[in-house]
Amino acid sequence: MTAISTSTAAAGNSSALLVLLKARTFIALILVTAFFAAFAPNFLSAANLVIMSKHVALNAFLAIGMTFVIVSGGIDLSVGSIVGLCGMVAGYLVLNGIDVGLGWSIQFNTLEICLIVTAVGVFIGAINAFLITKLNVAPFIATLGTLYVARGTAMLSSDGRTFPNLNGNADYGSDSYRWIGAGDILGIPVSIWMLIVVGLVAAYIASRTPLGRFIYAVGGNERAAGLSGVKVNRVKYFVYMFSGLCGALVGIIISSQLVAAHPATGDTFELNAIAAAVLGGTSMAGGRGKIGGTIVGAFVIGVLSDGLVMMGVSSFWQTVIKGLVIIAAVVIDQAQQRVQARVALQAQAAIQ
Amino acid sequence: MMQQDTHPVGLRIRGGTKVYPGTVALKNADFDLRMGAVNVLVGENGAGKSTMMKVIAGVEQLTSGAIYVGDQEVHLASTEDAARHGIGIVFQELNLFPNMTVADNIFINREKTRYGVDIDRTAQREATRALMRRLEHDIDPDALVGDLKVGQQQIVEIAKSLAQDARILILDEPTSALSAAEVEILFRVIEELKRDGVGIVYISHRLEELIRVGDYITVLRDGVITGARSMQGVDIPWIVLNMIGDASKDFPKTIDHPFGPEVFRAEDVYLPNGSGGFSVNGVSLSLRAGEILGIYGLMGAGRTEFVETAMGRYPHARGRFTVDGQEATSPHVSDRIKMGLAIIPEDRKQDGLVQILSIRENMTLSSLGDLSTMGHLDLPRERKTVGDYVKQLLIKIASPENPVSSLSGGNQQKVVIGKALMTKPKVLLMDEPSRGIDIGAKAEVFRVMRQLASEGLGIIFVTSDLEEVMGLSDRIIVMSNGRITGEFTKETATETALITASAVGHAVPHQKETVS
Repeated sequence: MTAISTSTAAAGNSSALLVLLKARTFIALILVTAFFAAFAPNFLSAANLVIMSKHVALNAFLAIGMTFVIVSGGIDLSVGSIVGLCGMVAGYLVLNGIDVGLGWSIQFNTLEICLIVTAVGVFIGAINAFLITKLNVAPFIATLGTLYVARGTAMLSSDGRTFPNLNGNADYGSDSYRWIGAGDILGIPVSIWMLIVVGLVAAYIASRTPLGRFIYAVGGNERAAGLSGVKVNRVKYFVYMFSGLCGALVGIIISSQLVAAHPATGDTFELNAIAAAVLGGTSMAGGRGKIGGTIVGAFVIGVLSDGLVMMGVSSFWQTVIKGLVIIAAVVIDQAQQRVQARVALQAQAAIQ
Repeated sequence: MMQQDTHPVGLRIRGGTKVYPGTVALKNADFDLRMGAVNVLVGENGAGKSTMMKVIAGVEQLTSGAIYVGDQEVHLASTEDAARHGIGIVFQELNLFPNMTVADNIFINREKTRYGVDIDRTAQREATRALMRRLEHDIDPDALVGDLKVGQQQIVEIAKSLAQDARILILDEPTSALSAAEVEILFRVIEELKRDGVGIVYISHRLEELIRVGDYITVLRDGVITGARSMQGVDIPWIVLNMIGDASKDFPKTIDHPFGPEVFRAEDVYLPNGSGGFSVNGVSLSLRAGEILGIYGLMGAGRTEFVETAMGRYPHARGRFTVDGQEATSPHVSDRIKMGLAIIPEDRKQDGLVQILSIRENMTLSSLGDLSTMGHLDLPRERKTVGDYVKQLLIKIASPENPVSSLSGGNQQKVVIGKALMTKPKVLLMDEPSRGIDIGAKAEVFRVMRQLASEGLGIIFVTSDLEEVMGLSDRIIVMSNGRITGEFTKETATETALITASAVGHAVPHQKETVS
């Protein structure tokens, strides 16, 4: 409400307000953290922070991939299923290797397993992009289709059963598989290091490469981008394959953390990823969004749900609160757009 | 043949003035609309025809002046108001719902219902059939509008107006999308409506068509009515004289410079359209360095399609393009840009700019490859390059980081030009470069074009503005119906010759039917 009432003030106020509005997700994160630090015991303990960031990382991976897709003007509903399927592929490879018949099988070490699983995720992303670009299927429908296909395939791979005890085998060099989920470097979990790497790479692509600029251009106006010489289809292939890659990484991390692969893993993860992206200021219409914002958005959602659990709030209320936060974020985003447009117009009017 | 008193005046505008921010679209216009006759309205783009019709149809309101229906002054605050006074309009862009049936479209928002809820489809169907009989068309009321041909859709649009008992029917460029046979049918319908006493306003750029169908003619120029009379004795030179006037707008002086060697060549370009014909039909042309080639023609003549084909937008097009002796092999836009082509698209909003991105990001979109090494964007260099072009093109901006949507039309156009120039083109394709920008900005754009040509750039520019094409071009090519129908040098080009060439293929096949 304050945003609306002060928005009629002078231009100087508008600019200050704009800074506040732009930093809103970060402010929200600080407020949420401060709130739980005060009311949830042990919230700021090192152990809790590590656990919490591990939870957040899973969603943040998917949300980074999702941000690229949404900025390009699309949507990827299939990431949750990619998590499930990739987890199953990883589990199968750790347990069985690939059976080539005649009683022979090929076994893989951890690195090879990770590469194969990632390739599977990227491949599903490529299928999404193929459907969307070559066969002209709407992104929502194309990825809804692959959501079901990938989930069904995951179920088929084990008849719906769990692949247990993914401890690997030292003879094959796959015993280090558990390290991905359980290990740490310099006291920080491996999955967090992975998030830092993926996040930095994604942010670099978004802001400092032609490819990143093309993603924004395609999402903002596909026709104009095409006439400016942007290879629109290539851009779309990239975003969906990158999203698939993120899904595969999450599949690997979860199966390694649980030392088991269950085919239903990752159900509705795509919705959390969309929520984090939107909370971070990504526009569903395409063309606008930042990787940094998305990661902060993922942290807000993660901190909120973990904090509420620690305070003993019922999971039903948690769901309600999560929904309200997302709606509030989008409402504030609209206010920001209005203020931003007005500041730009004022600046333009001033010189004419 | 016709007397004034047989056609009573059904609607009058007196002292009609319409002011838009920045321009006066209509200045003190007096207009009589005669019933049972075709009142033709003609003028160049932006002359105020559409504004005047929008005022009559209740879409826009006069800034000052009055409208009288019969003898009574009326205030048409909305299209519903206008419809109540029996005024119907068929817009150039059809306002139909392709996903609904013909009957549904005709009765949209005025559905025949039982007890106010249940739509009486049988009654609607019957009424639609009756309308179609009146219009001599056999269109099934249950057919989807999207499945109909454009000509039939036009008929549905007319039926929609008639269903509201329109006594005055405004047709805005009704034939721009019609085939010759469909035009014939439309003219028959018009004859019939006239016989029923309906007053028709007919807007078109096709002068021969106007002379054939019209009973009264009103010519507009820059918002002022420059001629109004009965159609008897009117010929094309009279219309052109009133359209153009003697005073010419200020065009930059030609900087005399020798042309270089041939820099662009198109051979046998064909672009199939959806209905089995060709939007671009066997076009061949060549351009020399430093030359400005104007392509003149009416809307839908295939000019835009030609430049877009040259740019590689349509992979299914046929034809050979050569830039600076190098033949185009790949049909992709980015490869054409590499060869040295650049386009300023006709529709800035849809094709030229990414509105949500900043001015800087829009300007460099086509040349990011040159601004980066190994996929790493050199941001400082990007900012500097943008700054240089902003200065060179005199673009007025507060900051290159502002969204491009905050700029005025003229400055937006300069951003698009900057984007094209940044790719260091050898040939610049400009599609209606002065569209939607004010006069001052137009002069600026023209100055830039002259400047670039003198620096050795080959320019092909498309326009439907006669003055512009005559004032700016070193050579003029006229297109009509996808074909080149005339080529003129600066010396041989006359307004009448251009207009005649632009109507080739639209020439009405039969003699004017005698009106009883």
